Amino acid sequence: MSSEATPPRRVRVTSPRAGRSRRTSVASEIDAQTELGEVYMRSLMRSQLRLAVGVLLLLASTLGLLPLLFVTVPGLQGARVLDVPLAWLLLGFLAYPLLLGLAVFYVRRAERNERAFHDLVGPR
Amino acid sequence: MSTLTAVVAVLAVSLLTLGIGAFGLRLSRTTSDFYVASRAVGPGMNASAISGEYLSAASFLGVAGLVLSRGVDMLWYPVGWTAGYLVLLLFVAAPLRRSRAYTIPDFAELRVESHHARRVASGLVVLIGVLYLVPQFQGAGLTLRTLTGAPTWVGAVVVALVVLVNVVSGGMRSITLVQAVQYWLKLCALLLPLAFLLVHTHGHAPTGGARLHAADWLEPMQGPYSLYLTYSLILATFLGTMGLPHVAVRFYTNRDGRAARRTTVAVLALLGVFYLLPPLYGVLGRLYVPGLIGSDRADTVVLALPGNALGGLGGDLLTAALGAGAFAAFLSTSSGLLLSIAGVVGQDVLGRWFEPVRAFRLAGVLGALATLTLTLLSSGLAVAHAVELAFAVAASTFCPLLLLGIWWRGLTAAGAVAGMLLGGVLSAGAVGLTMLGVTPSGPLGAVLAQPAMCTVPVAFATMVAVSLATADRLPAHLGSTMVRLHAPEALQLDRGSYRAKGARG
Repeated sequence: MSSEATPPRRVRVTSPRAGRSRRTSVASEIDAQTELGEVYMRSLMRSQLRLAVGVLLLLASTLGLLPLLFVTVPGLQGARVLDVPLAWLLLGFLAYPLLLGLAVFYVRRAERNERAFHDLVGPR
Repeated sequence: MSTLTAVVAVLAVSLLTLGIGAFGLRLSRTTSDFYVASRAVGPGMNASAISGEYLSAASFLGVAGLVLSRGVDMLWYPVGWTAGYLVLLLFVAAPLRRSRAYTIPDFAELRVESHHARRVASGLVVLIGVLYLVPQFQGAGLTLRTLTGAPTWVGAVVVALVVLVNVVSGGMRSITLVQAVQYWLKLCALLLPLAFLLVHTHGHAPTGGARLHAADWLEPMQGPYSLYLTYSLILATFLGTMGLPHVAVRFYTNRDGRAARRTTVAVLALLGVFYLLPPLYGVLGRLYVPGLIGSDRADTVVLALPGNALGGLGGDLLTAALGAGAFAAFLSTSSGLLLSIAGVVGQDVLGRWFEPVRAFRLAGVLGALATLTLTLLSSGLAVAHAVELAFAVAASTFCPLLLLGIWWRGLTAAGAVAGMLLGGVLSAGAVGLTMLGVTPSGPLGAVLAQPAMCTVPVAFATMVAVSLATADRLPAHLGSTMVRLHAPEALQLDRGSYRAKGARG
C-alpha cells in the first residue's frame, strides 16, 4: 500500500439501539450469579492468583533463598565480586532491579489476563 | 553557627509543608476531599506521594544507623520495605482499589459484612498507626537534639504541631501534594551531601579502613539466631506493607485498579533509587564517626557525617540539608499516619456525636496528643527496628484479612475477627514487651525481637480454621463483592451496593 494514498474516512455505523447499554449473555450470567457466571469469575480469579503466586515463588526462590544460601554454602559469606563483597552487592543494589523487573513482568501478564476476560464478558 | 543554619533549615521545611498545605486548603472543602483527595490524582504524582509518605525516619536515619552498628544483615530492612510493595502489587493493589474502600476497616465491612469486624479493624488501625508514629516523633527529638542541643521533647512537639495543623486544616488533597514534594526533597537531601562525602573520601584516604573489614560486620548471617531473625524480618516487611493504614488509604486516590498497579510499579522504582543511599551513610560512618558504632545514638550517623568528615562551613550547610530532609521524613510519614488515625477514629468513634469534618479534626488532635504522650514515656529502641515492629503487627492482622478476603471465598466474619484479634494480641504483646526493654536471652528473646515468623502463621491458621467452622455463615453478598474486587472497571457488572462511609460527603 502506498503511503500517499489517504485512507477513506472511517464512518461509525450504529444500530438504532446504540446508546442503550448492550450486554452480553455472559455479563448477565455473572450478575445473576448463575453457576456459569460463577465459573467465569472463578476462572478470572484463578488466572490472576496463579500469576501472583508464580511471581511470589520467583521472589522466594531468588531473594528469599539468600539467607539460607549464606548459611549453607561454604565460602559464600566472604565471597567478593570485583572486590565488592557479594552480600553487599546483592542486598544493597541488585535486589532493587530484581523487584522492579518482577513487578513489570507481573503487571503485563495481569493486564493481559484482564483483557482476555474483558473480551469474553464485555460489549462487542 | 551550625546551630543557626540547622534551625533555619528545619524551619524552612516546616513552613514549606504548612505553606503547601495552606495552598491545598483552598482546593479541599467537602468530606470526600478530606479523606481521599477526590481521586483526582495522576499515577506519577501518586507514586511520588506514596513514596514520600512511606520514607520515614526509619528509612532516612534508621537504616544508616543499623548498618553502621550491625552491618550487612541490616540491608534486609530497606529490601523488605521495597519488596513489601511487590507483594502488595501481586495480591492487593488492584482489588483493594476496586473494592472502593477508603480504609482497611471499610474493606473489612465490605467483605465480611460485619460491624464487629469493622470495629476490630479500626482498633488495629489506631494501634499500628500509633506504633509507627512513636518512632517518628522520637526521631524528630533525636534530630533536633543533634542539630541544636535542644532536649528531645522539643523536636517531638514541633513535629506534632506542624503535622496536626497540616492534617486538620488541609485534608488529603494538600497532603498528596506535600507528600509528592517530600519524596524529591528527601532524595536530594541524601544525594547532595553523599556526593560531597564520596568525593572527599576519594581524595583523602581515611584512617578507619580497618573497621570495614571486621567479619561480624562485613559478612552476612553472623549473630546468634540470625537465620530466624532474618526470615522473621523478611516475613514482617514483605507482608506488613499491605496492612499499613496510611498505605491502604493511598490506593483509593488511583483512578482505577489498572492505575493502582501502575502506580505501585512506579513506587518500586522510586523506593529502589532512594534505598541505594542510606546504607552508604552507614558505611561512611564506619570511617568517620566510629564513636557512634553500637551506641544508642547510632541513628544520628547521617546527621553527624558531614561535620565529622568535612567540617567547616560546607559541613554545616550539608548538615542543615540533611536535617531538613530528616524533618521532611518525619513530617510526611506522620501526616499520613495521623490522617489515617483521624479518619478512622473520626468516622467510627466520634462520628456519632459530631458532624464529619469536626469529628475528623477532633480525632486528629486526640491522636497527636496520645502519640506525643507515648513518645515521652517510651524507651529509645533503634528507630528502624521500632518501625519494623509496626510492620510485624500489620503482617499478623491486616495481611491475612486482605489476602484471604480477596482470594478466598470461604472467609467469614467470625474468622476475620478471630484471626485479627489473636494475631494482634500476640504480635502487639511481643512488640510491647520489646519496647518496654524486656529482652530475655535465648530463643524467646529472638521471638520477642522479631515476632512475625510465629504470629503471622498463627493469624492465618486461626482465620482459616474459624472460617471453616462457621462456613454456614458466609456473607450474603459474597458473589457481587467478588465481582467488585476482581472484574475490571470497564465492564458493566453488578458490584453490590456497598459505599464506604466517607463517600457520603
